[in-house]
Order: sequence, then C-alpha cells, then structure tokens
Amino acid sequence: MSYVNTIIQGILLGGLYALYASGLSLIFGVMRLVNLAHGDFIVLAAYTILALSSFLLLPPVLAFLLAAPFLFALGWALQRFILNRTVQSNLLVPLLVTFGLQIIVQNGLLEAFSADSVRIQLGPIETASFTVGGISLGVMPAITFVAALVVIGGLNLLFYRTALGRRLRATSDSPVFAQIVGINPRTVFAIAMGISFVVIAVAGFFMGARANFDPSVGPARLLFAFEAVVIGGLGSLWGTLAGGIILGVAQELGATISPQYQVLTGHLVFLILILIRPNGLFSKQ
Amino acid sequence: MSDTQLDTSAAKKAFHAEDRGYSVSVGTPTFRIAMVVFALLVVGLIVAPGFVGRSGIRDLMQIMLLIGLAQCWNLLAGYGGLISVGQQAFVGLGAYFMFYCIIYVGMDPLIAVIAATVGGAIISVPIGLLTFRMQGAYFAVMTWVVAEVFRILASIYPGLGGGTGTGLPRAATSEMFGIEATATLFDMRSSSAREVVIYWAMLAAMLIVVFGSYWMLRSRRGLALMAIKDDEVAAESVGVDITRSKFIVYIFAGAGAALFGALYHLQKGGIDPNSAFSVIDWTAYVIFIVVIGGLGTVMGPIVGAIVFVLLQNYLSDFGPWYLMILGGLAIVMMLFAPQGLWGIFTERTGIELFPTRRRLSHTDGKDRQ
Repeated sequence: MSYVNTIIQGILLGGLYALYASGLSLIFGVMRLVNLAHGDFIVLAAYTILALSSFLLLPPVLAFLLAAPFLFALGWALQRFILNRTVQSNLLVPLLVTFGLQIIVQNGLLEAFSADSVRIQLGPIETASFTVGGISLGVMPAITFVAALVVIGGLNLLFYRTALGRRLRATSDSPVFAQIVGINPRTVFAIAMGISFVVIAVAGFFMGARANFDPSVGPARLLFAFEAVVIGGLGSLWGTLAGGIILGVAQELGATISPQYQVLTGHLVFLILILIRPNGLFSKQ
Repeated sequence: MSDTQLDTSAAKKAFHAEDRGYSVSVGTPTFRIAMVVFALLVVGLIVAPGFVGRSGIRDLMQIMLLIGLAQCWNLLAGYGGLISVGQQAFVGLGAYFMFYCIIYVGMDPLIAVIAATVGGAIISVPIGLLTFRMQGAYFAVMTWVVAEVFRILASIYPGLGGGTGTGLPRAATSEMFGIEATATLFDMRSSSAREVVIYWAMLAAMLIVVFGSYWMLRSRRGLALMAIKDDEVAAESVGVDITRSKFIVYIFAGAGAALFGALYHLQKGGIDPNSAFSVIDWTAYVIFIVVIGGLGTVMGPIVGAIVFVLLQNYLSDFGPWYLMILGGLAIVMMLFAPQGLWGIFTERTGIELFPTRRRLSHTDGKDRQ
C-alpha cells in the first residue's frame, strides 16, 4: 500500500512539473526557443506574487490575479524587445541571451529579496487533506494537479479552437508562409511569450505554495521542466503532462530510499528514457 | 597525428608543383612577430615568481585558469557548434579524480593532475555518447542535467566528505614534487614554493590548451571544424565526418576542463560538490568571457579573461550587481557585437594574432621556392 501511496504522491507532484514544463513546451513549439531562464522566471513570478500579497495585504490568490497580467506584459516585452532580435540568428545567440537573462534574474532577486528562503502562505489549506480509498491526499497537491489539467486543456483549446491558435500554429509551421498570409511572426512570438509567462505565473504560485524557495532554485525548475518536455515528446502538451508525471513518480520513489536520491532518481530515469526513446513518448514528429 | 600534418604539407607542395601562380598559407607576418612576442611573454611568466608578489601570482593563476577554460569552451561552441552549459561536470570530476588519486592511491599531486586529465578525457566518451543523442539547445540542457547528476553523486559519495567536502592532507601537498628545489631556488618557505609549483603547472596547462587548440585548428581536423562552423550540411557533403570531428572537440574540452579543475582545487587545497560543480563559476563566467572576448577566435578568450579579471577587481564589491552587469554586458555583446572585443579589433585593424584561415595569394606565376 505504501508504494501505491508513493506513486499517487508522485503523480500529484507530476502536475506541478507539468506546470513548469508547459510554458517551456509552448514557446519551444511556437518559436523553437529553449528559454534557459525559464526556471528563474518561475521563481521571479513566485516572488512577485509574494511581494504583491505582502505589500498590498492581499490574499495570495488575488495577488496572483494581479501578477498574471503583469507577467504577461513582461514576457511580451522580453520577446518584443530582446528575444525577437535573436530569432534570425543561429542557435547560439538565443541560448546565450537567455543564459545571460538567467544570471540577471537570479542576482536581481538576490539583491531585492536576499538569499533567505520564503514561502507563499495560504493558511490552513496548506496542511488540509482528504482520504480516497484509504489513501490520504493533500488538498494543495490535488489542486495543483487540477490546475495543470486546466492549464494544459486551456492551452490546447487556445491552440486548436481559436483564431489566435491558428496564427500560433501557422507561425510554428513556417514563419515565412505565415507572413505571406498576413501574420506578423514577431507579434505572434511576443504573444506566445506573454502566454508562456502567464503559465509561469501559475507555476510560480504553486511552487511557492508547495515549499520554501529562494533566488537560487530556478535552474533546478528549468531542468525538471526540460525533462518533462523531453520525456513527453516535443510538441505534445498532454505528453508534457505524462512526462511530468513520470518524473514526479520517479522522484517520489527515489525519495523513499533517501531524500538525497529524490532528484538524482528523476535525472537518472530521464537519462535512461533518452537512451531508449530519444524522441520522447508522445512525439508528433 | 603527424600524418595529418604531412597530408597538409603534401597538399601544399602539390599545389605549388602545379605552378598555378597561387599559394595557400595560414601564417601571416604579424603572426610570426607575435610568436616572438609570445615567446618573450612566456619567458617572463616563467620567471615571474622571482619578482611578482604572492598576490600577483594568484591573479596570474586566475587569469590562466580562465583562459584555459574559456579556450576549451570556445573550441566547443565556436568551432564544434556544441553549446554546452555543463562543462562544470568535467571541472568537478577532474577535481574529484585528483583528490581520489592523492588520498586513496597516494599519487604525487602533479601526477594526480595528469591522471585527472586522462580521467576527464575517458569519462567524456560515455558522457558524449549520451549527450550527443540531443542536438542544439537540447544538447545544452542535457549537458547541464549530466553535470547535476555528478554533483549529486559527489555529495552522496562519503569517501571524499560527501556534501560538505574535504581537504587535502597536509603531508600530500607539502611533499609535492618540485617544492624543495623551488624553495631553495627562490629562498622561500615551502608553502609559497607550493604555490609557485602549481603556478608553473597552471602556466604549462594553459600553454598546452591554447597552443594545442591552435594546432588542432590549423590541422586538417581544424579545416573540417571550420567547414562545420560555416555550414554543416555543406561540410558533410564534401566528406567531413561531422560527428567524429565534434566528438574529438568534446573530448579535448572535457580533458581540458578536468585539467584546470584539478589544478584549481590543488591550489585551493579543498573540495566540495557545490563549488566544484558550480554552473556559475565554471560555465557562466566562462561563457561570458568567450562572448565578451570574441567567440571563434583563439585570441578572444585570452582578451575576455583579462577583461573579466580586471572587471572583477573593480566591481566584485558590488556583489550581485557585478553578475548582473556581466550578464547584461554578455547579452548586449551577443546582440550587437557577436564578434566580441577581439573581433572588433581585428575588423578595425586587420590584425590576426592566431590566424586559422587559409589565404590564397597570387604569386604571378612565379614559384616562390
């Protein structure tokens, strides 16, 4: 029974990883960009929510609702003014620019908020739990998982049921042809990055509510997100959820050996899966 | 390896023998002058411990360390097209190999440094087989994942102190090869002599990496690498074995990072997983150095390392601001001057100190030889 319990906790943790990953997956899908600062932006989002709720004395959920449009604007501006300059160039430029951004965000947060670890306080809901079939589930992990389902479902609806989604997919297929039919790829890229940052805001909220964080935890979030995307297969958002779940279960199983093995087991399962299926489990390619 | 050199010179002779009125050369007159200057500089660096103080020696060691690491990364990204953000894996592994060889095998530290370099080259083969399954940006993040795996393994392994790390036993370093002779030569205490010996080793390591990579770039393999850098598909179509060329660069860079990781930690005398496998120290700084100095040139990393250490001396008091300025500077360089400081200098003046391009010059039908 304890293994069943561990696996279920892992699946719920996988929901959080899917939240980390879907923003990364989205922008890779649309503009083939791997944002090395993705994890640090998740941490930035968590700090933004925390700062808004403590300065304006708002409940964190309201602070999140305030932070989301701000982060959309930040993502939009980042793409519009910096990253759009890199889309024409080879691989090196976008990678190194986002690597530089990572250092800037990390140290900016360190300067603004110090290295002390903090947490988004949600009150009694943090420790609340309910029992299903003899297994006790935390309310927050369950909400996180549902949030991941909603985000991924919402992104799929956006992609396949809306005019904006058509433009995003057209630009993803070929920026040149998209231009022929009157789409400005740069505008689309900026919107895509804005949406990615809203997903980052959701991820930051649940990351900050789950555990303590400090400015240095971003790169690890990037690696988890990356692993979930690659395990699931590029270009598939539901695959990303599956990837997140596999990673979450692997980590929870590893943690039963010793806490030190939690992250290590996740990385090792990822590397083994790469050897077996380099294109991921649900790749569309 | 000498047959590849013979190959190029044979090809050159064939070119001349046909008497087409053109000749192909790599060297430039400035290069030959520069080599004389470099030789003098190296002599100066060798005797520097005699007149530069202890802090001067430390600054020089830091510059040489960064030049070596930057040169390795430059070879990877600038010529092999391999953008790694996981070179800290090799720095840390080199350091841990060396500590293991000193503490458990009882090797002389300098022999252990060599063993760590060889170890770095060997371990880069399986790591490369794994990371090469991904390309481009995915390769980059893969290298980082692998580095994290080794960092965690090092913090779990109890033999070298686990997460808190360990120090070198005093006996091992004080009886190091060459200390006594150095202490007598400069009439100094053995702790200073130890630093001087490591300084010389660092100097030798830097020269090996800089001239080794330059030699590689001028060889047949270098021609293949430059073809890959320009256009992979075209290079493959004329018979360049892309994967093999990239793998050789990867092994070279892995061995180089292990070498400098070992030397740095020998000087430091202690080790711990978080600093030995630090992505900031061993990859971020190094990338910024190469980008600021100039990617894809041999001089770029050298210029970048010197600028970096100067900036650090002036700005490091600002703490996080220093890193933000550095990151911002790298982004601005990448967007607006991707050729770097040395690239700008070369464009303005036409001076290339380590030329790697083949030049075709007209000789009016007259054989020059």
